[in-house]
Amino acid sequence: MAREVNWERNHDPVGIWNGRGKAALIARGHSPTDRRWDGESLDKSLGAFMMIAVQNALDDAGITIDDVDGIIGSAGGQPGGAPLSDVWGPRPYFDPPYDSEDGLTHVTGQWLRQQMGFKNIKYINNHGDPIWNLIGQAAQAIADGRAETVVVTYPNGNLPGRYHQDPTNEARGPAVWPNTWGWGLSGQGFTFNQYCQKYGTNHDRMAPFVVQERKNGLLWEHSYYAQHEPGEFTEEDYLNGRMIARDLSIFDCDRPVLAAAAYIMTTAEKAKDMKQTPVYIWDHTESLFSPRSLVQTIDDTEEWTDIQAQRSYNGSGITADDIDVFAPYDGFAVFTQYYIEAWGWRGVKRGEAHDFYAGDISLKGPNPLNSGGGNMGTGRMRTVFITDPLEQLQNRAGERQITGRAEIAVSHGVLPVRAATVVRSTTPG
Amino acid sequence: MARPIVPVPDPATQPFWDACNEGKLIVQYCSVCDRRQFPPEAACRDCGFNFHLTWQETSGRAKIVGYSITYDSRLVQWHPLQPFLNVIVALEEDPVINFHTNLIDDFGTNLSEEPDIPIGATCEVQFVEAEPGRMIPEWKLVK
Ligand SMILES: [Zn+2]
Repeated sequence: MAREVNWERNHDPVGIWNGRGKAALIARGHSPTDRRWDGESLDKSLGAFMMIAVQNALDDAGITIDDVDGIIGSAGGQPGGAPLSDVWGPRPYFDPPYDSEDGLTHVTGQWLRQQMGFKNIKYINNHGDPIWNLIGQAAQAIADGRAETVVVTYPNGNLPGRYHQDPTNEARGPAVWPNTWGWGLSGQGFTFNQYCQKYGTNHDRMAPFVVQERKNGLLWEHSYYAQHEPGEFTEEDYLNGRMIARDLSIFDCDRPVLAAAAYIMTTAEKAKDMKQTPVYIWDHTESLFSPRSLVQTIDDTEEWTDIQAQRSYNGSGITADDIDVFAPYDGFAVFTQYYIEAWGWRGVKRGEAHDFYAGDISLKGPNPLNSGGGNMGTGRMRTVFITDPLEQLQNRAGERQITGRAEIAVSHGVLPVRAATVVRSTTPG
Repeated sequence: MARPIVPVPDPATQPFWDACNEGKLIVQYCSVCDRRQFPPEAACRDCGFNFHLTWQETSGRAKIVGYSITYDSRLVQWHPLQPFLNVIVALEEDPVINFHTNLIDDFGTNLSEEPDIPIGATCEVQFVEAEPGRMIPEWKLVK
């Protein structure tokens, strides 16, 4: 199995994707959503959850394991691609198949193949990138003929204790620059503060956006909040959020959770015989930037998001007016405005996103931003950005179904510095 | 004063840290691209090579671009100093080039109230000991 590189469409001009309409996303499957794995219950490990999600996706598509010839996934879905075990393992392991990290806090395609009994796999890739990149990678693999029916896996783990705490007292490599001066999430707050200074707005004006996302998320059955904390979240709650850094509160940060999701993507031809309505991939584009100097500024951020938005428009051939379902990433909530403004969704220009939040962004209104609730409304699993637009375009989003047209969806993540955009449509194009 | 986390040089950054120990603030400079580069890297980010990459001493003077305050860091060693100030300064002769500083001498670490940070104010570099034998740059206001 060759290890291919350069599958990303990250050099301008990208041009209309030659795989447009060749790959269709058909189905999704989710595991239960927990706050953390307890370290003991093997039926609730990340591997067990991943297998539940894969089986649910197969059932949703109306196919079996024998129909699948590719697995593309993230082994762990953690920030920076770092395995969770880096901060938790090693530990005493269990009997096979839980005799290593694989299956507990990490799930490779190879482990899944062995455990679930996939027999016809000819392509596996544990790329380890965020879900938007994985969807693009799967679409490219299908368009290039590497596989015909792919399961895309996205396990996201969370363990006991505080998330991503770093106890070291020496900084090495790239960590030298932030850690020596205690820089961390302060960076998110800093860029957001520059945005506020530039456009005369403030952190409080984020409240309507985050509150709406929590409302939307409560209507998504896989949301952490829908399953475990279904109470109302108000603007007052948001405004009283504990500050993590200046201009970044606990309610701008996504809640780490334990959950897995899987997607079935196949050729346009095979999609016709599956159980759900095909949703065609029109385009995928990616980008990786570097700040001009040490600290990412608002100038860097606006330049990068403009480049990626234009790249996506050029690659898909759509315009802002075509976007019915818009799902820009929100984990952290304080950067979503950069995406809305770069894409110019609903005519929002630079500096206008907070005015937009103050208007009608409700689910049943004209501007149903992040109709699935984003990470703020569902927890840090990221998969709502793929699942909700899929369900909207398949007209099976239930209570979340938007009232307007739902024919073209744009999903975008993860960070301004490292981004991928997927454009989907109800027609092959 | 000792710092919570100390930097460990690597081949790309060793000249920068050595210069700090001599009281100089240096950044990389690519003569064919005519651009300064910080943080240091093995190659110029624009042309992609190190053919024209040298080190250039700077004035050490910088202007305050903005700041953040950390209340709850993921860096455990910094927890005893919370809340603490994170200031960004940009080099006077090349505002694209920016640095972190904690401006410890000027603002201390008592940040229960929003500090009055003079955005745009001029600072000059000073070097403080992160641990014996390891100096790091910090900035102080020019009064
Ligand atoms: Zn150069």
